[in-house]
Amino acid sequence: MCSSADQPNKHQVTIPGVRGSFDEVQEAVLGLMHKFEYSDHDLFSVRVALEEALANALLHGHQGETTDEIDVSWVVTHQFVQIEVVDQGRGYDPDAIPDPTATENLTIPSGRGLAMIRAFMTEVQINDRGNHVTMVRRR
Amino acid sequence: MAETSLLQIFERDGITNVEFVESNILDEICIRRIGDELSSVIERKGCPKVVLNFQNVNALSSSALGMLITVNTKIGDKKGKLVLASLDGPIRDVFRITKLDKAFTICDSLADAFSFVR
Repeated sequence: MCSSADQPNKHQVTIPGVRGSFDEVQEAVLGLMHKFEYSDHDLFSVRVALEEALANALLHGHQGETTDEIDVSWVVTHQFVQIEVVDQGRGYDPDAIPDPTATENLTIPSGRGLAMIRAFMTEVQINDRGNHVTMVRRR
Repeated sequence: MAETSLLQIFERDGITNVEFVESNILDEICIRRIGDELSSVIERKGCPKVVLNFQNVNALSSSALGMLITVNTKIGDKKGKLVLASLDGPIRDVFRITKLDKAFTICDSLADAFSFVR
């Protein structure tokens, strides 16, 4: 795990593309949030969004290919939490995912990850390629 | 060695009451195991009546929601009933945000859930 020289609050790490590696990142981010006395609701929101972003990288970005790595960086301040997740995959078009909240799609078991990220974070940006998500939760 | 169950399952008056052992339902492997355990319960029943107690659950991913939708469909296919009970604030928010509170029957308390499913 590294800190950036130009952004001392920014931490970055490259993790193996397997679910078992998520815990290290989640503990680091949530640990900093605890330190800054974020509310339980903020902790829950960031935990869910981070889980979904990492799971999307693994399942959709890497298509389950476990040798590809995921780059994760985060900044936690008194005012906001910013997390970036970059996978090595071909990316995807978020607009191509059917609206999971539409009545006709409520019984479809998948496709809710991005909707949950958007619901629990204040700002969410995805690059054109679709392999780099930047998400911010403000206090 | 047999894997430890991720669910505690109690039968009462023909109703299956299921409690989650794990408080964080996030890990794909864990979710698949929970889905398999619930599916085997449903398969054993003619007309399953199931109450899922979320009292111990602190976090839930979209994969877990997908598993619950599949379980709900299987129970519906057998003309059974599934009720979710004791969802606290943030967990209830997950269902509200995804509008799955319209797809599931959700009761505030276990008592209400048992009354509904009976």
